[in-house]
Amino acid sequence: MTERYVLAIDQGTTSTRCILFDRRATVVAVARGEHPQSYPRPGWVEHDAARIWRDVQRLIPRALREAGIGLSQVAAIGIANQRETVVLWDRASGTPVAPAIVWQDTRTASMLDSLDGELIRARTGLPPATYFSATKVKWLLDRSPDLRARAERGEVLFGTMDSWLIWNLTGGRHLTDVTNAGRTMLMDLTTLSWDPELLDMFGIPPAMLPEIRSSSEIYGEAFPGVPIAAAIGDQQAALFGQTCFAPGDAKCTYGTGGFLLMNTGPTPVRSNHGLITTVGYRIGAGEVAYALEGSIAIAGSLVQWVRDGLGLIGTASEIETLAGTVSDNGGCYIVPAFSGLFAPYWESEARGVIVGLTSYITKGHLARAVLEATGWQTRDVVDAMNADSGLALTALNVDGGMTADNLLMQTVADFLDVPVVRPMVAETVSVGAAYAAGLAVGYWSDLRDLRQNRHSAGRWKPAMDASRRASEYANWKRAVESAVFFSRRP
Amino acid sequence: MSHVPGLIQSIERSSAVLRLLAAGRLRVKEIADALDLPKSTAHSILRTLEHIGFVEQDTQSARYRLGRGLLELGDGGLDLNELRGRALNWADALAARSGEEVRIGALRDDRVVVVHHVFRPDDSMQSLDTGRLLPPHATALGHVLLAYNAPAVEVAVRAGLEAYTRRTLTSPRDLARALGETRNRGWSLSVEEWEAGRGGIAAPVRSFGGLVVGAIGISGPVERLCDTRRQARPALVDHVTATARAVTRDLSGPRA
Repeated sequence: MTERYVLAIDQGTTSTRCILFDRRATVVAVARGEHPQSYPRPGWVEHDAARIWRDVQRLIPRALREAGIGLSQVAAIGIANQRETVVLWDRASGTPVAPAIVWQDTRTASMLDSLDGELIRARTGLPPATYFSATKVKWLLDRSPDLRARAERGEVLFGTMDSWLIWNLTGGRHLTDVTNAGRTMLMDLTTLSWDPELLDMFGIPPAMLPEIRSSSEIYGEAFPGVPIAAAIGDQQAALFGQTCFAPGDAKCTYGTGGFLLMNTGPTPVRSNHGLITTVGYRIGAGEVAYALEGSIAIAGSLVQWVRDGLGLIGTASEIETLAGTVSDNGGCYIVPAFSGLFAPYWESEARGVIVGLTSYITKGHLARAVLEATGWQTRDVVDAMNADSGLALTALNVDGGMTADNLLMQTVADFLDVPVVRPMVAETVSVGAAYAAGLAVGYWSDLRDLRQNRHSAGRWKPAMDASRRASEYANWKRAVESAVFFSRRP
Repeated sequence: MSHVPGLIQSIERSSAVLRLLAAGRLRVKEIADALDLPKSTAHSILRTLEHIGFVEQDTQSARYRLGRGLLELGDGGLDLNELRGRALNWADALAARSGEEVRIGALRDDRVVVVHHVFRPDDSMQSLDTGRLLPPHATALGHVLLAYNAPAVEVAVRAGLEAYTRRTLTSPRDLARALGETRNRGWSLSVEEWEAGRGGIAAPVRSFGGLVVGAIGISGPVERLCDTRRQARPALVDHVTATARAVTRDLSGPRA
């Protein structure tokens, strides 16, 4: 019998990758293409959706060639995608009617004040923010009465990147999955359907919306005999790829910032600490797994600042070498509130501080404080999640570039007082999409089957004395207060 | 620029370029003018120096400056955390393919320091070994590192080749023979030299110009690594050497 594979399309913010996985979830081939970021005005960020679709068409055959296999050996295709980014296209011609507005785009900031924040929070689990799709769709429709009229007649369609790719791959099916729909600020988190009141508030015609499906089912055929069988937002894909299937399981992806998601089980948990309530995944007609999401604004970007802004190191990896020249922070703490503090503080005006400086402090101590800042921010988000969910984190699954930093991973384990585990499959986003697609077509039989693929590549055990952890955390909290205090002008 | 017969002119010129760049950031044209060289010659020298990491070009200003490779000359080679960062994905793939645990080692103060450790993919309880020191003469990683570093062999021999098992190579002649064999085939095999019942297979990781900066290898029970004649299984050797080549390509390429 010829070996079969699952193809994951990871449509990210800066690049698109097609990755083939075998039954043991080992990467067999990778094809990657970057696409340009367009910044036409301050605060605007756009993508060319047509270009992204062309990239996908080019990358799929390239991945197959690299693996030396044919389409008939692809059991299913799954999509993981950048979330919230808005694409509007013409139903008849299939061409985008405007550049895609990317999640980072803040052009709709002035709309936020006029929104009913309470209603949005109650229905969607999301705080009103430019980040999510709804204000962006409204902005496009408000600008052109003609576009709005066509949208009302269902001639112009709206979708996030998953929908745009499914539409193109299936030759005209207009679908999305619960995790992506949940990030539009238009979906009712409990009924998992479009909310008429919110659609009305944003003036978005229902005729332009995709149908909401589960994250793992056959949506249609991408090629003869090759079903497209999964779509899932990238952070949720990482949660799924890390096999966080039980309530309390959590993952953190460390990149320029950090994204921490915790599976909270089949009922949504509302946060009292400013975390986002979101859909984790839904497999076919099965139960929904909800999740709490908290983000760390500044993680790897603080290391980049030490490299590029201060010039203390030549490459990001050297932060660990520099931090290794000393055995502790020497009493120094860095709060990297470069653009405010996120959950659980939500102090948008706060700015960063370095506290505890004495003549004893060297650049080694600063490097240690840099790594510790990521550790304490993780602790802040985890504490908020534990409090909201009533669950207690027992281990943190990590992925992303910063997991190469051994000292940072040990620091996170020490600060959280739980083991930190790095999986053998580093491509957690892609493997999450592959898993969801493979489940839908029976390539893998069930979640337990997927769990068997999971092996840890490394595990850091907490090794910090409890009283020291407590006193250091108290110092961090006071450092955060300093950042807030400094930003409050009399 | 004057040239002394019998000396290599391109090295003289390259050194002059480096001296210029030590004083400030310059464009190709400025370097060519300063040394009275054709611009194409200056450009070839700069591209070569860039390839080996001794100069870097600023992408925005197009000016050249001294590179990381040159700075590393003074502090004992490649930053080990950088080595781990570059090798991370390759090391994971090696563990997945071979089914054995993976270590990356480098020589520091006459010992092999474990730079990176990936668990064996079988969900058994394992502990991270990163930072641990291993004896170079008794491990596959150490054999690779010694094979390309004659001064380190002398130091190891002078320190005394301690016996850990009855198979540890304790005579300088036996060690030299094993290192020669390692150089000849491009990988090392160590069977029960460090711990009874266990062995290792390793291959060199190289940086610019072929300089060996580390070793990557697998370790495990002898019966899994070797056939009945205690020879390394060819499939595992292929996995190890292919991984070492992949990391080498990454390290010799442009710096991110």
